[in-house]
Amino acid sequence: MLRFIARRLLETIPVLFIIVTATFFMIRFVPGGPFTAEKAVTPEVMRNLERAYNLDQPLWRQYAGYLGKVVFHGDLGPSFKYPNRTVNEIIADKLPVSLELGAISLALALAVGLPLGVLAAIKRNTWLDYLCSSVAMIGICVPTFVLGPLLVLTFAIHYGWFNASGWYGPIDRVLPSLTLGCVYAAYVARLTRGGMLEVLNQDYIRTARAKGASEVRVIFRHALRGGLLPVVSFLGPAIAGILTGSFVIETIFQIPGLGREFVNSAFNRDYTLVLGTVILYAALLIGLNLVVDIVQVWLNPKLKFE
Amino acid sequence: MVSLSEKNLPSADVTPDQLEQGSSLWHDAWARLRKNQLAVAGGLVLLVLTLLCVGGPWFSQTYQDQNLDLGATPPGAAHWLGTDTLGRDLFARLLYGGRISIMVGLVATFVALTIGVTYGAVAGFLGGKTDRVMMRIVDIMYALPFTIFVILLMVFMKEPSEKLDGWLRGTLHLEGLQGVGNMVLLFAAIGAVEWLTMARIVRGQVLSIRRMEFIEAARSLGYGRRRIIFRHIIPNVLGPIIVYATLTVPAVMMLEAFLSFLGLGVQPPMSSWGALIKDGAEKMEEFWWLLVFPGSVFSLTLFSLNFLGDGLRDALDVRASND
Repeated sequence: MLRFIARRLLETIPVLFIIVTATFFMIRFVPGGPFTAEKAVTPEVMRNLERAYNLDQPLWRQYAGYLGKVVFHGDLGPSFKYPNRTVNEIIADKLPVSLELGAISLALALAVGLPLGVLAAIKRNTWLDYLCSSVAMIGICVPTFVLGPLLVLTFAIHYGWFNASGWYGPIDRVLPSLTLGCVYAAYVARLTRGGMLEVLNQDYIRTARAKGASEVRVIFRHALRGGLLPVVSFLGPAIAGILTGSFVIETIFQIPGLGREFVNSAFNRDYTLVLGTVILYAALLIGLNLVVDIVQVWLNPKLKFE
Repeated sequence: MVSLSEKNLPSADVTPDQLEQGSSLWHDAWARLRKNQLAVAGGLVLLVLTLLCVGGPWFSQTYQDQNLDLGATPPGAAHWLGTDTLGRDLFARLLYGGRISIMVGLVATFVALTIGVTYGAVAGFLGGKTDRVMMRIVDIMYALPFTIFVILLMVFMKEPSEKLDGWLRGTLHLEGLQGVGNMVLLFAAIGAVEWLTMARIVRGQVLSIRRMEFIEAARSLGYGRRRIIFRHIIPNVLGPIIVYATLTVPAVMMLEAFLSFLGLGVQPPMSSWGALIKDGAEKMEEFWWLLVFPGSVFSLTLFSLNFLGDGLRDALDVRASND
């Protein structure tokens, strides 16, 4: 297993390298720079600004310098739009907000989605199954950018129970995580149902029943483990998706998280902040996929680390 | 898939008439699909929506007709779904937006399909080292944060796409093509994301049929690889392709709406359902109908597409597999 992890981590290096390089050159070859929006800048000031951020050097030197700093010091450079702030500081500031939102939503998604999916699978083709499956389908088809505003309209504006936006007290966590959690709960329920149905038809379940195991024991001890496989493989990209899905949520609810910061940085052409966020997300996604692969082998003894 | 390939190789003593009567894979699938009420309902809803969006705008007001004195009015007899803040009829705007949304859904799916099917079929058919390398590339691309790349593409390629737009209108005098550059960019960005799953599915299917006799027969007739892939292999993996195409359309439409909601997708004066939802979400405090109707129509469309896709999957008996 250690060899498997080591090999996968080694594979990560070229992938991250390609991502950084591609992003770096993509954003540089496009017209417009971080300082073009600030009007009435004399050419001299412009030159000074560019010198201060090394933008006057040839592109390959900027690239080499950036890469060196990232690799050897973990330094993502200064932000172009926020004077006197480094990208590391901004990320350290904003990421916890996105992580908190993501963690609550994910917990909600699993707490609602898993029982619904198991229930639908056990009561297959009854009204309970149809109800659970339809609710799940609604959750998948109503996008976050419709559900979020609708929740705000109903519970914040009409009833006045919550604030329409902002991220101050615990009460401000309710609507955003509900919005994000619902969609993922729907996917989790659907995948759990499918996975459970597949497992419940297998021989070892019949064996367990034949040996007199109670239905509760059959489902929770024997079936759930295998039935969760599709959910686990979904969760890797999903966790990353919850973080990226937060672009929309953070925009709707005016949450000062990394998702909104990323979209803004792209609009502002804040090169270093864009690059820093991309590196972070890519590393996160790759790391999560590795964890998913390990958990899958642990859940399914038929699989082996190859 | 076997029944389809057997159909290609009828035994000698079967007359054409008997062949016609035999029930093919497609015939069975159609019978099964018709029994699935949810899928049929989904298909009907889609048909009605598409007809309305394609034909409706000829009969209703145009989506740009403004009436500033009127302003935003709630749903009523004159304007069934109300008007927006510029006095534009929401129903007409929904139909026009639907044209764009449906078109993006279909064209971007087609782009993804073309890339994915070709890639998957080539990898599966060639096999061996080529296959390993090609699928490893897909694995790596799966691990990329694609939403981020789509956002970056849409932001940073905006100016080049506007240049293309200006060139089309200035040099070629194609006035009606406003916003085409932006649309091309949208198709490319979405298509580049969505082909990966399709490539995996097609490759898996191709691997399972490439050793069958009718491929052997085609080979022994001296046909080239290209001909075998496009004339013999792809038609026989059409079932899964259709199913996943149906399920890709809602995913694509979702992505387009997501981008439009962030202000990165379809640009005004063009409109899509995503852009209408964005507009509605900004003004919902006073004018709830601007959010509720576009949101409902959009969700209903995704709903129908997903049910139809699920129904097709069951009818064609395609098993979801990722290997």
